[in-house]
Amino acid sequence: MSAETLTGVEPLAVTSSRQRRSGRGTVRRLGPLGVAAVVIVGLLVLAALLAPLIAPYDPAIGSVVERYQAPGAAHVLGTDQSGRDLLSRLLYGARTSLTGAAVVVLLAAAGGTVLALVATWFGGRVDALVGRLLDLLFAFPNLLLAILVVAVFGTGLTQAAVALAVAYVPYTARVLRSVALRERRLAYVQAAELQGLSGFVVTGRHLLPNIAPQILTGAAINFGYAMIDLAALSFLGLGVQAPTADWGLMVSQGQDSLLQGYPGQSLLAGACIVVAVAAFSVIGERLGGRRAGGRA
Amino acid sequence: MSGTTGNVIEITGLSKRFTTGRGGQRRSVDALVDVTLTVADGSCLAVVGESGSGKTTLARILVGLEGADAGQVVLAGRPVAQRPRRAERRARARDIQMVFQDPNGSLNRRRTAGSAISEVLTAHHRVRGAELRRRVDDLLDQVGLLPAHARALPGELSGGQRQRVAIARALAAEPRVLVLDEAVAALDVSVQAQVLNLLAELRRVRRLTYLFITHDLSVVRQVSEQVVVMRRGEIIERGSTERVLDQPQHPYTMLLRDSAPRPGWRPRRALGRGEPRAEDMEAAR
Repeated sequence: MSAETLTGVEPLAVTSSRQRRSGRGTVRRLGPLGVAAVVIVGLLVLAALLAPLIAPYDPAIGSVVERYQAPGAAHVLGTDQSGRDLLSRLLYGARTSLTGAAVVVLLAAAGGTVLALVATWFGGRVDALVGRLLDLLFAFPNLLLAILVVAVFGTGLTQAAVALAVAYVPYTARVLRSVALRERRLAYVQAAELQGLSGFVVTGRHLLPNIAPQILTGAAINFGYAMIDLAALSFLGLGVQAPTADWGLMVSQGQDSLLQGYPGQSLLAGACIVVAVAAFSVIGERLGGRRAGGRA
Repeated sequence: MSGTTGNVIEITGLSKRFTTGRGGQRRSVDALVDVTLTVADGSCLAVVGESGSGKTTLARILVGLEGADAGQVVLAGRPVAQRPRRAERRARARDIQMVFQDPNGSLNRRRTAGSAISEVLTAHHRVRGAELRRRVDDLLDQVGLLPAHARALPGELSGGQRQRVAIARALAAEPRVLVLDEAVAALDVSVQAQVLNLLAELRRVRRLTYLFITHDLSVVRQVSEQVVVMRRGEIIERGSTERVLDQPQHPYTMLLRDSAPRPGWRPRRALGRGEPRAEDMEAAR
């Protein structure tokens, strides 16, 4: 340093800096259970991605002579009522179950975030209007709304996912609105507003990055719920259609076999759903706790 | 210069009412009632009053964050709109800037100090690249910070440093008027003194006009020539700082002055250290 002295300048802490921004804090927040949940989700995603490579059989083609086989060398987890390999169906089922939920979560997060930001930015009447709209959506039970949409637009994964996304928007929007509102009152947002910067710039540059953690944790929690609801719709025959492999559908189709003494299909698919949902919930709650922008 | 008057701020009959609740619970609060004041170019006017007296509302209307219900504001010789739109605010921001109270919330915690300053620079001036960086460093230097501070996140800075960055950000627009809304209230006394010295220096060098909003009378004497006292949205007393603080006319001003800590002042409920209290001595007997 030069001989020049700067009065009133506290020394800049250089050492403290970049650590906080690394992933170490996230791992600490997740805890051992959270890390396990992340590993489980990672394995599920891997299974879904690699299903065509690692699945021993075609999930849609069975053999009448191989019905209800017990787990063994040929079929690691046995076969279902149509003689299809259960392991292969579970692996492929991960694809539909995960992508369906992902679509729901993405659409709900996008819709909820936009509504929350619009409501907080404009405030006043716009905020009140958005509030009314959310109240209206809240009044509908999720599944009922989904059944309504499916009844109008026909069965299928896309319709079911879009309908559920609409049903999830109010949960996401409500929490994000309160978070964004608190952020909006902070001086840095006002300082940016003072410069006459546009609402898009201020919300995009300042508000959105600061509510991103809540969006993410909310999405993680919603993911679990979306899997359950999608499985329920498939179970009711309104979502994914046979012969596509899907966990919810497998639970449903396993019912008859269950009565005949072959519980394998329903139990395995049900276990997959439970494990996946639990993993997503743990991640969401560990990351965001009660402040998460998801269903409560 | 602003017209013939030499006043950079002229406020006439400014009123603002806030309404909360609806239906039967509808209540309204008069934040400003017929406020009239002028601030001479290059001077510092202190606005004092307790919380809820309307001083922050006055500041927010002045910078365009809030609209007024009635009255007129003339800024640097130009009348400003009552319900400011974006373009209007942008133009006004080059005349008047604000430094906010909260040193934690006044900077975006995910963006560096440098980006807070360059955001304002690029909003008002066509600067980029090396020129932008040079001007950020220059502004940091003016508020007594180092170029290295530009890369620091708010969490890595102390309260005083953050407030310096907020001052640099306000200066980036090259305004004539700085509204300081409790700008030193959240800082501890020694840091407060440093920031006050910095503000005095900046005013001298940049020929700035200050509207200094505070509840702290001890600060007022240090910074301002003129003072207005506000209560429930009204100006109840005004005059030179010396006169108002030494010979207050209004009972409320006297009360304000008497409730401020000063040498010899002793908080009544604090336990005396070292010497036993009379009650304790009674009890021990």
